Amino acid sequence: MNRQIRRVAFVVLCAFVALLAAPFYWQVVAADRLTNDPRNARTLIKEYSIQRGKMVVSGEPVAESVATNDKLEYKRVYPQGPRYGMVTGFYSLVFGRTLAEERFNSFLLGQAPEQFAQNLSDLLTANDTPGGTLTLTLDPAAQEAAERELGRSKGAVAAIDFRTGNVVAITTFPRYDPNDLSGHDPEKIRTAWKQLNEDPDAPLLNRAAGGLYPPGSTFKVVTAAAALESGVTPDSQLDNRAAYVPPQTTRPIRNFGGGSCRSPNGDKITLSQALTVSCNTAFAELGVRLGDDKLVNEAEKFGLNAGLEYQLPAAVSLIPRELDPPATAQSAIGQRDVRVSPLQMASIAATIANDGKRMAPHVVSQVVANDGKVVKTFRPDSLGQVIPGSVATDLQQMMISVVESGTARGGAIEGLQVGGKTGTAQNAPGKAPHAWFICFTSRGDKAIAVAVVIENGGNAGDEATGGRVAAPVARAVIQAYLGSGQ
Amino acid sequence: MESRRNVELTLLLLALVLSVGGYIVVGLVADNTVPAGSLGYGATLAVLFIGAHLVLRWKAPQADPLLLPGAALLNGLGLVMVRRLDYAAVLRKGGYPQAPSQALWTVLGLAVFAAVIVVVQDHRVLDRYRYTWLLLGVFLLMLPVLPGVGQEINGARLWVKIGPFNGQPSELAKILLVVFLAAYLAERKELLATATYRVGPLLLPEIKYFLPMLMAWGVSLFVLFFEKDLGSSLLFFGVFIALLYVATGRFSYVAAGLGLFMGGALVAYQLFGHVRSRVAVWLNVWDYYDGRGFQLAQGLFALATGGILGEGWNQGQPNLIPFASTDFVFDAFGEELGLLGVTAMLLVYLLMVFRGFRVALAAGDDFGKLLGLGLVVSFSLQVFVIVGGVTRLIPLTGITLPFVSYGGSSMVANYALIAILCRISSESTPAPARKTGPAPAGDAQSGELTVVR
Repeated sequence: MNRQIRRVAFVVLCAFVALLAAPFYWQVVAADRLTNDPRNARTLIKEYSIQRGKMVVSGEPVAESVATNDKLEYKRVYPQGPRYGMVTGFYSLVFGRTLAEERFNSFLLGQAPEQFAQNLSDLLTANDTPGGTLTLTLDPAAQEAAERELGRSKGAVAAIDFRTGNVVAITTFPRYDPNDLSGHDPEKIRTAWKQLNEDPDAPLLNRAAGGLYPPGSTFKVVTAAAALESGVTPDSQLDNRAAYVPPQTTRPIRNFGGGSCRSPNGDKITLSQALTVSCNTAFAELGVRLGDDKLVNEAEKFGLNAGLEYQLPAAVSLIPRELDPPATAQSAIGQRDVRVSPLQMASIAATIANDGKRMAPHVVSQVVANDGKVVKTFRPDSLGQVIPGSVATDLQQMMISVVESGTARGGAIEGLQVGGKTGTAQNAPGKAPHAWFICFTSRGDKAIAVAVVIENGGNAGDEATGGRVAAPVARAVIQAYLGSGQ
Repeated sequence: MESRRNVELTLLLLALVLSVGGYIVVGLVADNTVPAGSLGYGATLAVLFIGAHLVLRWKAPQADPLLLPGAALLNGLGLVMVRRLDYAAVLRKGGYPQAPSQALWTVLGLAVFAAVIVVVQDHRVLDRYRYTWLLLGVFLLMLPVLPGVGQEINGARLWVKIGPFNGQPSELAKILLVVFLAAYLAERKELLATATYRVGPLLLPEIKYFLPMLMAWGVSLFVLFFEKDLGSSLLFFGVFIALLYVATGRFSYVAAGLGLFMGGALVAYQLFGHVRSRVAVWLNVWDYYDGRGFQLAQGLFALATGGILGEGWNQGQPNLIPFASTDFVFDAFGEELGLLGVTAMLLVYLLMVFRGFRVALAAGDDFGKLLGLGLVVSFSLQVFVIVGGVTRLIPLTGITLPFVSYGGSSMVANYALIAILCRISSESTPAPARKTGPAPAGDAQSGELTVVR
């Protein structure tokens, strides 16, 4: 009988070998695949068990993690609701992370290489390491002003400290509330997500960094920069026509309101005066004279076709290469296929104001560990002297003249020298054009460049609407910024 | 052989240290303090295990020294896991703690262990009441099907609820039927081994001797068809075939038995939707993630997340697996203690199983051999069916992991099972010469202490 017992024992041994192999397969061979399976909530729960770092604006939290009684230990909340959603992004159980929550995720989790030393000491003392705090560059007063003045107009505002590249204010309308996507109830999150995505006005889109619009006349500063770089001076005389017909077409380009432009010397107009009154015909002809290469090249110096090196995702502003003369003429006045984001336009104004030195727009200035130690600093990052200082100075003067005596008088602020440029960008036939305003000013160590776009906010017959509709928004942001912290 | 018991005591203390250590770690991770109940928990376990040990010293001094420590270690770790899952359940509102009742079952289990050792002074006594065991076993098996007392839970009808007591009587029936089969086969093995009829390629003994065997087959089919309990049915049948084979030495019984079981399984597959869905989930668990495959998928996620070293006591999320404390407790261990932990656990089972086989080999009488073998095969099959099920080696059928899963019937039945094994081993090991000196030649059992550390 013992022989049979031994045989049965052998079969049982084989069964146990199979049993030993099975967990080996799942815990070693297939472990990575299953651990990273999106349906495996464990990875998520682990992430939610870390007290994720805050994001602060002037010391006030705009994103923070609070303890809960759920199986997910911490919940992400945004104490200011929708105000900073276009920078913080959301941190969602169902739909992942966006914007700063995504780009700075490892810092927020306390797992970036820079935070390693602290983690190590916490490991030794058995402390849980909360993630790092992000200090945002935004100015709460400017941000509030941008939001308030934009009101319920579809559009966006971007404001940059032109000396450092720090983003002072950035907003968009319509907005979303990141709290709606960051709770712990997947059903609520899905409902909110569906609503936000089905909304034709795309409230999840940050129009300031991700919206692309024809720039209209604000783009004339780029054409002017190209002209100045090729030897044209602010006082050079251009033709002042009522209509300009570029080569290879019969369709004329006209000025707003018809007729020729306001100029002291009749059929001629200086470059400076042409910018001041936003003369389409003069700039279109100037563009064709310079040629598409010079125009595109100038635009690319400011970051078109390449990107802004913003710390968060942003749309790349575009100008097509290889333009024929009619397209060159229209591109020179910011029409046709030129597409820019408000952040790009703010960066152009900032570069001019900063004497031609372009700064990368920063919205996160530093990461601070919970013990107060600065883990990482994002210093102002110069992208180079993209236009000569003299050209920048000429452009500054010309833009100041636009505000003092031209289309942008609505942007004037008492006691400050403001340089600006309006724009009225035609987009879809039968729809009101977008109203634009870009400007810069400084007082003491505070320097600011602003771009405002209001969708369909302009009036096709009147170039000055950019100055009336968009400029007050920029003015309010500037006043709030310069007035704050004093 | 006093040293046998000393080995047992040492191992029991080791099991105690691991269990109480795990208990303290779970509390430390949960609230940074040594849990208030640590001392009580440790003291209770110590009293229980050392009490059982003393009963062995008193009534079965020659008993195998590894079975009780193995059970104690698994039981202690199982209690820690149940306690650990309670922490997670208490966080969720509405969860009720299982650890207190599991502790109570442990007390009862060890009481039954002691009672079997004390009452059954010689395992051959069991032989005398074989038909009583048969009737009692069949009665217990039928109980869940009776209206009024039976309950269907998760598709299987194997629960009985009488007043406040509910349990799975098939756990106990399993042992009683093994005792009966061992007794019956020990007596009739020669008759059964003599073939008189030829049916196709098979040689069969006379029908009247074979009839009780057909009955056993009937029992497992009954369990399969009326209680829809795949796991227990497989268990009964596996034990039955193994016993038949060992008793008669005829492989044709194994072939015939396998054929019969396959036939039954095929019919069940055709008849029962839940059998088909078990197989479908086994083959394509990820396609059924949102439905019937969810539990298994969560179990596999738990194993994968645990990896080699595991997340550590109370630092994983085994509570994400539905029924983590019963059917899926193995995966819960895989998540928290890792591959190292579950491999160690399987090796403890394997060690116990091989001690069980040793008991069967060493038993001095046929009944003892068959009884030991039947019990150890039933024990191994149970481990195989549930661990194989939750690791997707075989289709999943819900039965308990001996000594570890939350559940009273299983705990009590398995303590009774190892008590019988201890009793058989104690009877078959000749009492040692009290004097020192080499063990008598030809005593195959006396050498085993050198194997044990």
